[in-house]
Amino acid sequence: MTVESTAARTPRRSAGSKAGTTGTKRTTRTTAKKDAGAEPELVQLLTPAGKRVKNAEYDKYVAGVTPEELRGLYRDMVLTRRFDAEATALQRQGELGLWASLLGQEAAQIGSGRALRDDDYVFPTYREHGVAWCRGVDPTNLLGMFRGVNNGGWDPNGNNFHLYTIVIGSQTLHATGYAMGVAKDGADSAVIAYFGDGASSQGDVAESFTFSAVYNAPVVFFCQNNQWAISEPTEKQSRVPIYQRAQGFGFPGVRVDGNDVLGCLAVTRWALERARAGEGPTLVEAFTYRMGAHTTSDDPTRYRGDEERQAWEAKDPILRLRRYLEASNHADEGFFAELESESEALGKRVREAVRAMPDPDHFAIFENVYADGHALVDEERAQFAAYQASFADEGGN
Amino acid sequence: MAEKMALAKAINESLRRALDSDDKVLIMGEDVGKLGGVFRVTDGLQKDFGESRVIDTPLAESGIVGTAIGLALRGYRPVVEIQFDGFVFPAYDQIVTQLAKMHARSLGKVKLPVVVRIPYGGGIGAVEHHSESPESLFAHVAGLKIVSPSNASDAYWMMQQAIQSDDPVIFFEPKRRYWDKGEVNTEAIPGPLHKAAVVREGTDLTLAAYGPMVKLCQEVADAAAEEGRNLEVLDLRSVSPIDFDSIQASVEKTRRLVVVHEAPVFFGSGAEIAARITERCFYHLEAPVLRVGGYHAPYPPARLEEEYLPNLDRVLDAVDRSLAY
Repeated sequence: MTVESTAARTPRRSAGSKAGTTGTKRTTRTTAKKDAGAEPELVQLLTPAGKRVKNAEYDKYVAGVTPEELRGLYRDMVLTRRFDAEATALQRQGELGLWASLLGQEAAQIGSGRALRDDDYVFPTYREHGVAWCRGVDPTNLLGMFRGVNNGGWDPNGNNFHLYTIVIGSQTLHATGYAMGVAKDGADSAVIAYFGDGASSQGDVAESFTFSAVYNAPVVFFCQNNQWAISEPTEKQSRVPIYQRAQGFGFPGVRVDGNDVLGCLAVTRWALERARAGEGPTLVEAFTYRMGAHTTSDDPTRYRGDEERQAWEAKDPILRLRRYLEASNHADEGFFAELESESEALGKRVREAVRAMPDPDHFAIFENVYADGHALVDEERAQFAAYQASFADEGGN
Repeated sequence: MAEKMALAKAINESLRRALDSDDKVLIMGEDVGKLGGVFRVTDGLQKDFGESRVIDTPLAESGIVGTAIGLALRGYRPVVEIQFDGFVFPAYDQIVTQLAKMHARSLGKVKLPVVVRIPYGGGIGAVEHHSESPESLFAHVAGLKIVSPSNASDAYWMMQQAIQSDDPVIFFEPKRRYWDKGEVNTEAIPGPLHKAAVVREGTDLTLAAYGPMVKLCQEVADAAAEEGRNLEVLDLRSVSPIDFDSIQASVEKTRRLVVVHEAPVFFGSGAEIAARITERCFYHLEAPVLRVGGYHAPYPPARLEEEYLPNLDRVLDAVDRSLAY
């Protein structure tokens, strides 16, 4: 017997390769100023006391906001918080397996969410319940995955709101690729990728910054820095303010008061405008606070104190807009009372919908594993059916 | 029309045809543009289809696959190149966690027609991470389809079918066979993508392989024939799904099966084939299903790879052991 000859060697090749670039225009403007200790400098249009402050750069992005639209933003935040509270309660009642509360982040989500056009596309984490609300996703659809009846129950293209992504940071690359496609199509839509302070440490987020900068993709990176990645404070993620990372990638970053719905609306509109104008990506860091636990399984008393929470309660996003609406006579008691009953009705509707949510059919395990089918899935489905049928044969179910 | 061409050239021609016939097809990867890829598989494509369709990417594999997912969600059909087998792992999370599961996660609402091309396998005397066979690490994941052609004609047609598939396909290219020439008929009507092919009929024992090991198994069958043994050779072509029906039909005839792959035997595709064929053909088998493959050790330095990889003698040894039962 002869030993097979592998002597016909080819040249040894290795991957000492260069990354390609397309030579696109880059902007290096960085809008936000340096950190200033405990109260970092950030874009703020509405103070915690509800006072409207002037901002030469961003006022123009909210100049046309009418009292009715202000009431709309307020309504969005109140209803989102009510829905969120209902979901937390449903978890406590055993109706949901888990809930990730957005409590405290309403302004960041409603402000950015209301800046979007219908043809824009959203790539959320698993906490963007307020953005989902802005997109018109039925709140009850968000609860299927937390109840355990599906892994994401809505059509992403129905509202241009992608499925929740649980693995941290992965969606920033999907958003970047989608934005690359938007640019290829010659459309003037924009894409927004949500992520958090913890995700800013992920390689995928860094790669999405690289790709979006290199291809000048029309994407807004909207980081809700809620100060905590479960138990780890932002200092464990970054030695520089997160928005400053953008500069190293060649696009602007800005920090906005994430509890200021007007500020978030203005800054996101600016970033989206850049995207639509072909000026490439922008990083927005919305400086906010996760008022609740990471999820219903978390116990924040093990890693943070009450004082911090109390300090942030004073900066509550809903409270400050209410103060502004009241002080400027843009809303009366009737509005607030009506909203209160609308909130309760929403809570009731969500509660009833969740309780009525049926468990999926057993054969759903085998559905949609592949678009074009797969022989092994077919075989195992048939085996499962035969196994189940064997109980029926015995007269049981 | 039929033309003789190298396997790498067949893939190149297939990609060219796909780019030409569907505007949504994109090529992405490191050095795939001007250079034409380190193996020249994408040679000339950027020149003819432009930088927006044949895209040199940053050197970041997770980014390549992650952005390809986004492009697929936008309606594109990206064909991405991972430069070498051992470089796929930075993209493993995006492939396993996102690409494979997103269709199911969306309850069928979105489709992910992404092809991930991976030149794989050893036998070219390369440095570390350039010779691995990680197909089992992907075959274990539902939502992915895994194929590997063994010859130029299959490379051409299987690439066409992979690009047309609405499911993500990992396309393992046998890099040691890139320069092997074969007849390619570009007007043929190809058979199903995931169906195995009997490349040599025999009666005494079945050799099952895919990708780079098919040629070796044909050489083994030649050598065995000189000793009066008549081996059947199956080119599985697809690792997920595996065409168990064809293996079963062959084994019911020959009653013996040896599976050959470069990947380590432990938890390799041969283990799955052995288990399932034992279940399907228990009363037909005259011998346990035997496997020939890599050892449970890191892929060795190039000067040891001939000892690590299945070769003619190692496969013949397994044939002898099977026939001795």
